[in-house]
Formats: sequence, structure tokens, C-alpha cells
Amino acid sequence: MIPLPDPSLLSAITHATCEAFRQAEINLPPDVVQALRNAREKETSEIARGELTNILTNLEMAGSLRVPICQDTGVPVIYLTMPPGIPLTTGIYDAIAEGVREATREIPLRPNVVDPLTRENTGDNTGVGMPAIHVRPGDRFTITVLPKGAGAENMSRITMMLPSEREQIHKFVAETMLLAGGRPCPPVILGVGIGSTFDGAAALAKEALLEPIDTMTPYEEQILAAVNTLGIGPMGLGGSTTALAVKVKTGGCHTASLPVAVNVQCWACRRATVEVPY
Amino acid sequence: MDLCTPLSHEVLMLRAGDRVTLSGTVFTARDEAHLRMMEKGIPFDPHGAAIYHCGPVIQEKRIIAAGPTTSARMNTLSGFLLEKGVRALVGKGGMSRQVADQLKGRGVYLAFTGGCAALAASRMTLKGVYFEDLGMAEAVWAIELDRLPLVVGIDAAGNDLFEGVNKNAQAQFRRRFQVKKEAPA
Repeated sequence: MIPLPDPSLLSAITHATCEAFRQAEINLPPDVVQALRNAREKETSEIARGELTNILTNLEMAGSLRVPICQDTGVPVIYLTMPPGIPLTTGIYDAIAEGVREATREIPLRPNVVDPLTRENTGDNTGVGMPAIHVRPGDRFTITVLPKGAGAENMSRITMMLPSEREQIHKFVAETMLLAGGRPCPPVILGVGIGSTFDGAAALAKEALLEPIDTMTPYEEQILAAVNTLGIGPMGLGGSTTALAVKVKTGGCHTASLPVAVNVQCWACRRATVEVPY
Repeated sequence: MDLCTPLSHEVLMLRAGDRVTLSGTVFTARDEAHLRMMEKGIPFDPHGAAIYHCGPVIQEKRIIAAGPTTSARMNTLSGFLLEKGVRALVGKGGMSRQVADQLKGRGVYLAFTGGCAALAASRMTLKGVYFEDLGMAEAVWAIELDRLPLVVGIDAAGNDLFEGVNKNAQAQFRRRFQVKKEAPA
């Protein structure tokens, strides 16, 4: 018989989920704040500097008032690591969903989750397959949340390139921002998934957004430079910072395939990890 | 310049790129509110009014977070408001050439920094609500502003800051990637 998780573990999961949302929605990670400060230093246009000043002031206000950074508090995207020995039961999924409901009531979050066809709002940010829970291997029991707003998510793209088109990846990423313009709330962070399968590339692109942005590989720097030549700037009002960072994640793929996905993240790159005591 | 609603012909003097502040009552409206107003009429006096593209977070009649939403979703839904006397559309990301033409001689599009919901909320007081049945994000909330910092994105002469940035981005893209044909936009 597989032992069911202890009820106190389930309530700890609910609590950790809610706490991770509270941290993510109110305070940006330090690497993102620093990147925004650096961008303000670098910008020469008065309008671009003004937009970044508003963003940095907003971060201070959210922190001191203990309110969400942005009113689009996103849809709940969750990455779970579980130590060996704890069975992955529906009880764990339910406990995470309960944490989302608690966060929605208490922080509070805007109820964003609707049925895709009737558009009926569930009122508590849960729904079929929502929260989106991704389980990853790990030694510790952690809950990482990545609340994803729609303005940037809607500008994301995926393509199945030819294996001979590797040089075109920069162009596809830059074109994604060209099409997006000011709509995804630049300066953005671009998660790029290269390889895997059609769905796997999109998953890699999203996971890339979990990575700290204070370091980039030379390849990521090259793509970033290509994106920033566009001059879209903060909020699409012009400037040298269209993107703060590009993060790439690759996966093995079929010899005849080259899936490439770009997941666009607004400047409010909200992520937080909370450990579940067990 | 410090603007206050109801707005008058003073907005016609503004130029794209000007930095202004906005005070006084504004009305939030997103997709569903626009559709409802087209069908049932505008529930507030539209003369000199400012529409704020925003779906706030409200808790116990208090504004918790209220940054702008993507204005482009309202591109085909805004003409009737300007015809009825609305002088300013406030949001993020800019609007279409069609809206820029509809604004000519009538009003302006004012850009507020996307995501700055806490900053916005700290300068707002909730006055009332219309169409509450549309839900928190889609209802029309009447909000009193205290000097919200904005940039004139589109002026009443049809100059569009976003359009200029977009044209430059297209040119840079073609140069960088040696594209002959204009990229789709």
C-alpha cells in the first residue's frame, strides 16, 4: 500500500504555496531589480529614464505597502521539486491549488483564470489544469512560483525551424520583439527554448525564465544585442533597453527538427521559491 | 503640464513625448466594458472624460493595484467614446493608426508605465463602480487620481510616439538581418 501524505504535510504545502506567491507578487528578485537600475543608468532618453524611474518607484511602493507589484497578478505557474520517499498524489496537487486560493483571497490576487471557451471566471485562480504544476527532480521539497501576466505571455511565439536554419534563431527572437513592440511591457526578459519537441521547446522557454539574469552566456549576449538594436525601449516609447536579458535553455531534439520557442516575460519577472518543511 | 478632468481643449495643445500629470476622476474600461457601453450607453458624463484601460485589484472598496492594461485590445472599440466627448485614453503600449485618426482634433492618448500598479494605487481613491456584474477586472470603476505621471503617446494632431519607435525598429531589423521585404507587423 502506498502511504498517503500526512495531513500536516498537505497544510505545509498549502502554506508554502501561498507564501511563495506573497514573496513573488510583492518583491522582485534582487537580480531583476539590479538589472532595472543598470538600465536606468544606461538610458540617455528622458522618456526612457522616466519610465524606469516609475518602475523602480513602483517596486519601492509595492514593498512598503505590501501590495502586488502589478495588478495583473498572473496565472499560477508552479515548479515543484520533491524528495524521494514522498508519493506524488492528487492530494499534493490539491494542496497547491488550495495555496493558490488562499493567496488569491489574502494577498489579494486578481482572479484571472477563466474557462477558455465560456470565459467564465472561476473566481479563485484555479481551473482545469490550473495551477499549471510542473514536477522536477530534486533533493529538497520546494515550491517555486512564476506568476505569468497576459500582456507578455500573449506575445510569445514558437516555430519549427529547419536544422539548417540555426543562424536564423537570433532573427526569430528579434522578430518576436519587433512584432510585440511596447505591448509586453518592456524592458522584457526573453526565455528561449531551443530543441526538444514542439511542446518541450515551449516548456524550456518558460523554465529559462527561472534562471537568474545577472549572468549570460556569450550566445545569450549576442541574441540580447540583436534584440536591443531595435530601440523599442521601456514601454515601447524608445530607448536602448528593449530587453534586460535573454536566457536560453536547450534540449536534445530529432535530427530532422529544430523547435524554437520564445516566452516573453515583462520587466516584472516575478519568481520565488519556498521550501516545504516535512 | 498638470491636467485635471474634466479635460478641455487644452489637451489639443499637447505634443507626443510631453510628460504630464493627470488628476481628477477617470473611468476604467476594458474590452467587456466597452462592449457594454456600446450596447447600453455610457453610464457617466463623457464630456471631457478620461478613460483608463485598467482592470484593478479591489479589496473592501480599496484600490490595491491598478496599473494599465494593453490599450491595443480596445483599438476598434474606442471611436464611439471620442465621438461622445471623451478627451483622453490612458493605457499602455499605444493604439492603432485608426485611433490616432479618431483622436485628431479631439483628444490624446496618454501612456502610463505598464506594471506600475502600486505606484498608481498610491495616487488613487475609489469613488464608485458601474457594471459591477462584469467582474473585478472588467467593471467600470470611477477613480479619483492625484497627479498620475504620464507621457503623451499620441497627440491631437495625430503624431504617434509608438509609431515612430515602431518604424525605427522595423528599419533596424531590416538592416540587422538584411531583410528586403518589410517584416510583418
